[in-house]
Amino acid sequence: MAITLTDTAAERVKAFLDNRGKGIGLRLGIKTSGCSGMAYVLEFIDEISEGDQVFETHGLKIIVDAKSLLYIDGTELDYGKEGLNEGFQFNNPNVKDQCGCGESFTV
Amino acid sequence: MALLQISEPGQSTNPHEHRLAAGIDLGTTNSLIASVKSGLAETLPDEQGNHSLPSVVRYCENEIIVGEAAKLAAADDPLNTISSVKRYMGRGLNDIKELGGRRPYEFADGDSAVPRIHTVAGDVSPVEVSSEILKSLKERAEASLGGTLSGVVITVPAYFDDAQRQATKDAGKLAGLNVLRLLNEPTAAAVAYGLDKQAEGVIAVYDLGGGTFDISILRLNKGVFEVMATAGDTALGGDDFDYAIAKWIMDEAGIHDDTSHHQMRRLMRDACAAKEALTSADVAALNIELDNGTSWHGELTRELFNQLISPLIQKTLLPCRRALRDAGVDTTEVQSVVMVGGSTRVPHVRDKVAAFFQQQPLTDINPDTVVAMGAAIQADILAGNKADGDLLLLDVIPLSLGLETMGGLVEKVISRNTTIPVARAQDFTTFKDGQTAMSIHALQGERELVSDCRSLGRFALHGIPPMVAGAARIRVTFQVDADGLLSVTAREETTGVESGIEVKPSYGLTDTEIETMLRDSIEHAEDDVASRMLREQQVEAERVLEALEAALADDGDLLSAAERNEIELVAKKLIELSKGSDVRAIKDGISALDKSATEFVARRMDGNIKKALAGHNVNEF
Repeated sequence: MAITLTDTAAERVKAFLDNRGKGIGLRLGIKTSGCSGMAYVLEFIDEISEGDQVFETHGLKIIVDAKSLLYIDGTELDYGKEGLNEGFQFNNPNVKDQCGCGESFTV
Repeated sequence: MALLQISEPGQSTNPHEHRLAAGIDLGTTNSLIASVKSGLAETLPDEQGNHSLPSVVRYCENEIIVGEAAKLAAADDPLNTISSVKRYMGRGLNDIKELGGRRPYEFADGDSAVPRIHTVAGDVSPVEVSSEILKSLKERAEASLGGTLSGVVITVPAYFDDAQRQATKDAGKLAGLNVLRLLNEPTAAAVAYGLDKQAEGVIAVYDLGGGTFDISILRLNKGVFEVMATAGDTALGGDDFDYAIAKWIMDEAGIHDDTSHHQMRRLMRDACAAKEALTSADVAALNIELDNGTSWHGELTRELFNQLISPLIQKTLLPCRRALRDAGVDTTEVQSVVMVGGSTRVPHVRDKVAAFFQQQPLTDINPDTVVAMGAAIQADILAGNKADGDLLLLDVIPLSLGLETMGGLVEKVISRNTTIPVARAQDFTTFKDGQTAMSIHALQGERELVSDCRSLGRFALHGIPPMVAGAARIRVTFQVDADGLLSVTAREETTGVESGIEVKPSYGLTDTEIETMLRDSIEHAEDDVASRMLREQQVEAERVLEALEAALADDGDLLSAAERNEIELVAKKLIELSKGSDVRAIKDGISALDKSATEFVARRMDGNIKKALAGHNVNEF
């Protein structure tokens, strides 16, 4: 079981965490909502809850709750650009189908 | 694949429901839009990678061009290319005429107080021109954030009055933006530095742009930023530094004042480049092409540059001193000094400011973008992307608001520096018997007399039931919303009739005028109190005389001719006295009249009681 970050993504996460000035890491997860069933969660994290799995990569703590991990195990988090827009991307091998915009998905 | 940003813990939004918010620095020369992405405030660039958008709009027959392309066309198409429109926001045509002898555009004649600029695409108002700039920024932000903006915060100068703020808000609405609120520019700069996280303190914001200089003294108290004082110079900035260098080059290279425009433009460009180079280098090499085909080579050392601009920097320190004095604080009380505006990159400016305030100013954040970034941080909080605990900024009103009372006096309802939003009510009454209407005149300013304050608007309350003077109760409510916009309502309490206005006055004030108004109120404090006392006594005399006249008309028969003569003589004397300016004499005159009429009043009282009692027996009472 693992979650990985690309170098670019790791660099951005570090910069954003430094700027925020607090927080122990980054939470990746899913919640059930959206047009195709599930949506990604990407949040700063200030405290670890029970059942959270912690992955250490690039000197960063990536936290995923047990339930979410079932759906995003093996995900690589990338940081990309589309025209003027830029942001994080989930490369999730579990996804079978996603909505047109890619903001929600089914497994 | 969608691109995601990192949210605060627990603040993740559902797909397609991202609360995208942005802060806009709508500047006189350049505008910027910034947003908080993954917790970091950043200005958003256009496709060419330019962050700042020149605040220039060119109207063509079939299209509207905004920004750099419009700016380049300014020389070829001056009448249809509008720049520095911020100076006209919320101003009436008369104000604009007073702004300067030469108006660069053709203003359409009309009876409307809102000026309209004549262009090939039709007549446009300053609000419409600003909205084009905002639309362009909105498009850029939506492309960059990948969604529709849910709300924006737009910054305005601290000295902007109600009319200018309302015009800015209208421009936002016209551009299809949800304006969450307006924020004072110096406050935004302080927020970008996170100074709002402190509990309290005095902050100076030194803003030296290309063509204007502003100094604001802010006081932070329990999350409330109060603008204590502002001062500045509307014609002093980095362009003057360039000019000082150009002047020096002209002297050195033997270029005369009457040189070609082309040469002059080249000189200014080279001067600007030298200035920028001297921010990090100690010497800047100059290579000036001359009109006669030769060129001139020279060197400008930082030391010499400092000498050239020293008098200009000195000119900014005078307003600083004045603002501190107006705010009533000492330099030692200033906790932080925030630097805003590209010209604060010049090391000598920083040194002089540091020496003046006896501390190192804050310069870590890009001084060109710091205001937009502060606005973005506020917008992010207002849009609901932050957890609780992040305080919302509050502002205060810069000048007192009040209304006109009898005798041309101003009754202040909300005093200056009150935090907004605020609502205050005050009860007023009628002055004359049977008065059925009341004119409400809302004013802004610190002085005691209507003639010394600024008129914001008038309206009338009709339908007051006829009553004796002083019996009606009219409640006037002044309400100022979070953007500093005022609405005034008047309500007669017995009948519930109501009337009101929203103040969107068309006449604005310049920063210097506000400053003058504030200074005048201090300088004239004694005169004002004296004139208020005089007017109060005059109004009182008028009231007494009117009551007497009414009484004489009703019950004159209670007096003998001699008695009546005597009272009238005293009354006549009071009429004469009240035309003068001797407060004590008028007061004495009123007492004298009171005294001479005592007997008359007593007889009237008896008469009235007799009338009331006639035909009744004691048991009925």
